[in-house]
Amino acid sequence: MSEANVVPKIKKEAKAVEESILKRKKPSLKFPIRSLANVRYLEKEGYFEIRGRKKERTLTVNTVKTFAQTLRMMALSKTLVETDDIATKREAYYVSKNWDEARFLEQTESDTVMDDVEALFEVNREQLGFVPEEKGGDVAGNLIVIDKDPNTGKTIRIDCTKFGSGAYSIPISVEDLKFETKAKFILVIETAGMFQRLVKHGYWKKANCILVSMGGVPTRACRRFIRRLADLQKIPVYVFVDGDPYGISNIYRTFKVGSGNAAHINEFFCVPQARFLGITPQDIIDYKLPTHPLKEVDVKRAKDALKNDPFFLHHKEWAKAIEHLVSMGVRAEQQALAAHGLNYVIEKYLPQKIAHPEKFLP
Amino acid sequence: MAKRQLKLIARKQKTDRSAKKAAPNEAIPLKKPAKPIVRLTATDLAARQREISVSEFFTKNRHLLGFDSPAKALLTTVKEAVDNGLDACEEAGILPDLVIVISEISETRYKVVVQDNGPGIVKAQIPRVFGQLLYGSKFHRLRQSRGQQGIGISAAGMYGQLTTGRPIKIASRTGLNKPGHEFEIQIDTKRNQPVVVSDRELDGKAPAADKEKRAVERAFEHGTRVELEIEATYKKGRHSVDGYVEQTSIANPHAKITYVDPGGERHEYDRVATELPKAPLEIKPHPHGVELGILLKMLHETKARNIASFLHNDFSRVSAPVAEEIARAAGVSPGMTPGKAAREQAEALYNAIQATKLMAPQSNVLSPIGDELLLEGLKKQVTADFYASTSRSPAVYRGNPFLVEAALAYGGGHLPADELSTLIRFANRVPLLYQQSACAITKSVIQTTWKTYGIQQSRSALPTGPLVIMVHIASVWVPFTSESKEAVASYPEIMKEIRLALQDVGRKLGLYIRRGLREADAEKKRSYIEKYIPHIGIALQEILGIDDKRKEKVCATLKDTLERSRKNE
Repeated sequence: MSEANVVPKIKKEAKAVEESILKRKKPSLKFPIRSLANVRYLEKEGYFEIRGRKKERTLTVNTVKTFAQTLRMMALSKTLVETDDIATKREAYYVSKNWDEARFLEQTESDTVMDDVEALFEVNREQLGFVPEEKGGDVAGNLIVIDKDPNTGKTIRIDCTKFGSGAYSIPISVEDLKFETKAKFILVIETAGMFQRLVKHGYWKKANCILVSMGGVPTRACRRFIRRLADLQKIPVYVFVDGDPYGISNIYRTFKVGSGNAAHINEFFCVPQARFLGITPQDIIDYKLPTHPLKEVDVKRAKDALKNDPFFLHHKEWAKAIEHLVSMGVRAEQQALAAHGLNYVIEKYLPQKIAHPEKFLP
Repeated sequence: MAKRQLKLIARKQKTDRSAKKAAPNEAIPLKKPAKPIVRLTATDLAARQREISVSEFFTKNRHLLGFDSPAKALLTTVKEAVDNGLDACEEAGILPDLVIVISEISETRYKVVVQDNGPGIVKAQIPRVFGQLLYGSKFHRLRQSRGQQGIGISAAGMYGQLTTGRPIKIASRTGLNKPGHEFEIQIDTKRNQPVVVSDRELDGKAPAADKEKRAVERAFEHGTRVELEIEATYKKGRHSVDGYVEQTSIANPHAKITYVDPGGERHEYDRVATELPKAPLEIKPHPHGVELGILLKMLHETKARNIASFLHNDFSRVSAPVAEEIARAAGVSPGMTPGKAAREQAEALYNAIQATKLMAPQSNVLSPIGDELLLEGLKKQVTADFYASTSRSPAVYRGNPFLVEAALAYGGGHLPADELSTLIRFANRVPLLYQQSACAITKSVIQTTWKTYGIQQSRSALPTGPLVIMVHIASVWVPFTSESKEAVASYPEIMKEIRLALQDVGRKLGLYIRRGLREADAEKKRSYIEKYIPHIGIALQEILGIDDKRKEKVCATLKDTLERSRKNE
């Protein structure tokens, strides 16, 4: 990921605004449109690339408030970067309380402006000095993470085998991390519950792998961490999520190729080498898993994916799998394997699956 | 004469089962009871049948005339006296100058004094005008006036007499050089005849103790002063005398009214118009507005020698050829003596009249307040941001010309914004304070879609907002729902005219409200520019490190650019 300083970009944009004003013209800012409709799937590179469509926000009487807020957010970002500081989204919201009339009334307003600024410069918000509140994800297994002490700058080696029943927590900024590992693969898991079971029974030792818990839709830091680890160490990534439209089209798709909303940075925040281990619709049949009926919202999500998502439109196998799931009208969670015994997942399911990675869905 | 009018009363009597039947010599024969009571013979009944005194009738039915509660009795008394005073002044071409004084004698007894500067009443007439019910100049003609029936003031006098035993006191002078008279009159309630208790010439020599009275007598060039003592209670507010006087001044901008309330507080309502309203004209009845019973009565009372001249002379809009045409269509000889017409022939005439196309009645006989004076009157009493008024052309219901005027006042912070709007109703310039929901005016206001004009309105309710709506109906004969004259009957023609008038002022209000919204929007945008441009300057300064001077220049230029583009929008 490019480490280019964002400050010159901010200055350039501000300069253009100033000049435009002095020429008695209404300045405007161009933001890329952040939605699935404005991305294309690059098969070779393996991610969603943003297409050219932009929305132009011209400074008028009606937009003057948002425009002022956007510029002030840019100024805040410049200060943060120049002073090597960070602000969480929540903190940025509170900083705006000093802006008198231009203050944000709700954090959702400041988040939106922040996302706009991020997209405007086509950078990651961390590069702007803004950091998310949420945790990156948990790691356990055969991995040594090489980090620096934030105060002394001294290199420290973190052995992810030494967290006992706990785990290493992925930091918000992962760009400077280095890795050492002899693991054969990375197993990325949707739920913390399944992650705990695998850690407790030392699955990573048995299978010589690295376990990562996403806890739902993976954060950008989590995606970037796995991406760099997989790229640098050249090890495969297997994803183990619930067998339902949410697990497939939201969690897995975002993990592998990125999202529409963050389309301008998908290039860095995706894991194109990821493969889908399970739970596949076929698993439901093969493993006789107990199921729940698909809810209306599940069916809608599945149909949406089949119709509009460039990723599923590209991969016929996926289209077939999703149609299969919809035709069965059921979904199965990871934990459904417990129906055959609590450790069935460790003793039977995962070994059987890992033995044939070529059968994984793309 | 009184007998004739008895019919009116007697008709109501039918609902009163305990009452006796009307006099047998009544002009219109009343039906005998359908089922005679078996135990009595006709002779027995005949012994019981006698004339009902109007006064007795009044005693039993005083609610019909607006004396149903002590509070309302006070209002009705003032109202009848004021109506008479204003009518008298206008008929004589005098700008009205009225003094109303109400004083408390005890908690349940009040003295009402109303004095006008009208033409006065000649001595011989005073006892009958004030001491006999259904005596007056207004019932027998079709002309726009406040009073219509000749019941009002004498009914008030009778009410006072019944509740306090005190006679009504009248002082009147017809001119500076003419002698004035003061009467105390009681009503013989059995015979409906005035009884003069005392009669004294006004000479300014009233007892020295009564200074006020002496001053009044001296200042009394011409006019009439009515003094009554009645059982009553005084309340403040819109439905009381206070509201009545205030509203009267709105609808009578040419009148000066001085009102001293029972608390001794003096309210002066100055005139805003120095000219009298156009005098209304008297018209003959239009044939289409006449019922069969009235036609029969007119046939018997006419001075015309034959049917043709009766139709031509006693009605408006009937030319001689048309009169002949009607008579022929009815199969009645045009030369027949009207008094000899049988009921069947009268009915044939009635049907022929209905079938004949006639010109609409003259409509220039009415005296509207006029949209300008409506506005003046309303502005005088209601503080608001916006006023609108309209005065519609005359229209006709059942052969009677009428016209509708409407005005409204809106906004301004003094009117409550989240309550139902205030409706002020007038008929021939008289405020209508009671029975609001039964009135055609109220119904029309509710049926008007105020949302179209930017005013909130719940279903089947008056609109909600800082709004005062005023509606005036002027007619030679306003159709009230009862003799107490509190609500206008819902004739479709009248409802339609009220609706059109309301829509007219409503549209003006809608324009104003929308313009207000536009201005508020523009103001918001202007303040947007003021508020947020400095932040653009601050941000650019922080990012680019420009100096304050340059920052100010950026802000000023941007402000100018935006202001100009806003104006070009």
